[in-house]
Amino acid sequence: MIHQVLAFCEELRGEGVAIGTSEIQDAFQALEIVPWTSPVDFKEALATTVAKSPKDREVFDLVFERFFFRATESAAIEREAGDGSGQASRLSEANREALDTEALAEAIRDAIEAGDESAMNELARLAIEAFGRQGESSGVVGVDLQRIRRGLGLTGTGPESAAEQAAEGRLPVDRDQLARFERQLRRELQRRQIERQGQLPPSRPLSELNRALPMRGAQDHAAVHKAVAQMKRRLATIGHDPRGAKRTGTVDVRRTMRASLETGGVPLNLSYKPRRPRKPEIYVLCDVSTSVSSAATFFLSVVHALHDSFRKLRSFVFIERISEVTKIFEDERDFSAISEKITSTGGVADVSGYTDYGRVWREFLEDVSADLGPRSTVIVLGDARTNGRPAAEDAFARVTARANRTFWLNPEPELYWNYGDSVMNAYIPYCDGAFECWKTEHLETFVDVIAGRPRLDGQRARVPASGHRY
Amino acid sequence: MSVSSTIQPETPAEVAASLRDSAYLADDSTALIAFLAQRLGKPVLVEGPAGVGKTELAKALARATDRELVRLQCYEGLDEAKALYEWNYRKQLLRIQATASVRAESDGAADSVEMGEIFTEEFLLERPLMRAIASPEPVVLLIDEIDKTDQEFEAMLLELLSDFQITIPEMGRIGATTHPIVLLTSNNSRELTEALKRRCLYLWLDYPTAEREVEIIRLHAPEIDEKLAARLVEVVAMVRELDLKKPPSIAEAIDWARTLILMGADDIDAEVFRQSLSIIIKHRTDLDLVVERISPRLGRADAGQKDAGSGKKRDEAVSKT
Repeated sequence: MIHQVLAFCEELRGEGVAIGTSEIQDAFQALEIVPWTSPVDFKEALATTVAKSPKDREVFDLVFERFFFRATESAAIEREAGDGSGQASRLSEANREALDTEALAEAIRDAIEAGDESAMNELARLAIEAFGRQGESSGVVGVDLQRIRRGLGLTGTGPESAAEQAAEGRLPVDRDQLARFERQLRRELQRRQIERQGQLPPSRPLSELNRALPMRGAQDHAAVHKAVAQMKRRLATIGHDPRGAKRTGTVDVRRTMRASLETGGVPLNLSYKPRRPRKPEIYVLCDVSTSVSSAATFFLSVVHALHDSFRKLRSFVFIERISEVTKIFEDERDFSAISEKITSTGGVADVSGYTDYGRVWREFLEDVSADLGPRSTVIVLGDARTNGRPAAEDAFARVTARANRTFWLNPEPELYWNYGDSVMNAYIPYCDGAFECWKTEHLETFVDVIAGRPRLDGQRARVPASGHRY
Repeated sequence: MSVSSTIQPETPAEVAASLRDSAYLADDSTALIAFLAQRLGKPVLVEGPAGVGKTELAKALARATDRELVRLQCYEGLDEAKALYEWNYRKQLLRIQATASVRAESDGAADSVEMGEIFTEEFLLERPLMRAIASPEPVVLLIDEIDKTDQEFEAMLLELLSDFQITIPEMGRIGATTHPIVLLTSNNSRELTEALKRRCLYLWLDYPTAEREVEIIRLHAPEIDEKLAARLVEVVAMVRELDLKKPPSIAEAIDWARTLILMGADDIDAEVFRQSLSIIIKHRTDLDLVVERISPRLGRADAGQKDAGSGKKRDEAVSKT
């Protein structure tokens, strides 16, 4: 069993869960006082010692299921044998002999309605058996699932399907409950597939779970906010000397007095108050033109999250001209209201609705750049597609010269930069870094890079490029 | 380690029962981890959304184990002088001067005070962490909202969490005389360091299932009718599903239950909901969203019993607010 647990931890490591030796030791310590025979306790004890974030826990659950599936299987059988009076086993007795699709569908419906988990589990197994016997197993879990579902006539409670079912004299099935049954079904199918093939399903895709594009605004707010929260810490400290480099400042009386005690009350060594990192001023310029319309929602949610984290933040949106929207973000907390307001009253589109970077830089230089200083960080969110208009990189250069740091986040994959009307290379030399950014993941990369620890496996920042390429 | 052992629980079920006696309903994993924390003597890192009873768990554990609760509330800029210990330098200064003048009078030689004389426990100001370690009785130490502090502070905690000891340069190592149960809570507002996580057991607390929440509410507001409690939990779950700035916590659900009792409500219809909404929703924008999304759903439920006109009137009232 020890080897099993070790192999399991190895498997988890393969999925990117960081498990140290000390954690494995903890796991064994915990397992010493928890009965190994109790499945729930065993799993929880293992989880609490090795999986230390919600995401790790998710991976843990999946891998656990995959790894100990034989154990869970036999536990299920035991449970079945144990409660002989349960509805589930009664059904299995009755139905195992004569599997009738209609009766099965009825029983499943009942179980779903009653919300009886163990009955559902049992019935899922029966359903698969029933359909498997008819030689309809395709070997692909998703396909089988659909087929079984259709075969049983299980539909959710949409308004019209409910009416339809009522007309047929059936009770509509609650959608949540149905989803639960489907989960059971899916698990059972996976289990069978593992059994049939004698091997575990491919393990790679796990870490790709829940890494969807955050294009749908509100849904992925949480992910964006988290990346921005990290960004806050990084931005607050970059561009300053590391601690301890320079020791001047206000004298810390309390600590000086305390230190003076060692010299009999004579303050020989002065202590200074540590210099707190200065709060950065951030200027965000966000392109909201049609060419980036899909990314604009994402960018606006980034700006929204930034507003939550920084007090000194001014945000601008631009298409043909630039317009400050700091106030909108400050007044309005609801994201959908913000994006609506910005699109309706932003006043950024003039005639054509095409981005005019040159004009934007000139306006920004004129109106705002006087406020830029050594504390300022400028972040541009845009695709650098000028629609053939002049890029005005000289104006941009003057903006970046005034600011402490300038970063450019481009919503297009790096592959597309400088193709067509994109003039990314004209701007890159003046930026402290240019990044592709169309997923929260990229935002995290950006945060990592500006914090000075570039990811080796991920894409690297485009540091000021040497040559122009058109 | 010289740890005076107190009575230790034998099974997780025992812990669950004692927590229940302390008015805390723990689910299986919570009970198991509380059990492991006591048996292994390891700190527990509790994470989860705000208001799922993370702090409450620590309080309940303290009550259940009959220990004192030492609480360290974390905030940005918290440093060791406020968390661990500090030298009472005023007292030290006075001692130096007093001894110097006494000695000057007695033998004429103004000796300076020996270092050992002023760096003793007498001059030490205990802060929560120190107190938890040095307490003669075992305590429950709650380090609340650890994610609010800086990473440096986390690093400082490492010695305490792994070895239950504190090193004071002038005095040397101070080990724990008793073994505290340590709970750290975090709202997950930033990623904690690996080093800290490695030393802790991890517990993710989420909103409880509907049945459990009904139980919790009935435990804290026993006067509430069972059906009303179920209905309340259902509505709260609906509200939590929305994308709110601050979803209602368990404590707020309990408050709401008490409010409903005071109001004498026997069902949550749109009217009751609107009146008592402010108990569970604390943000202006959230308020609008909830009124817009939830009220109609509640309205439909009671529209069948009452006349259709009241629903319309309510909508007008809503649009006015």
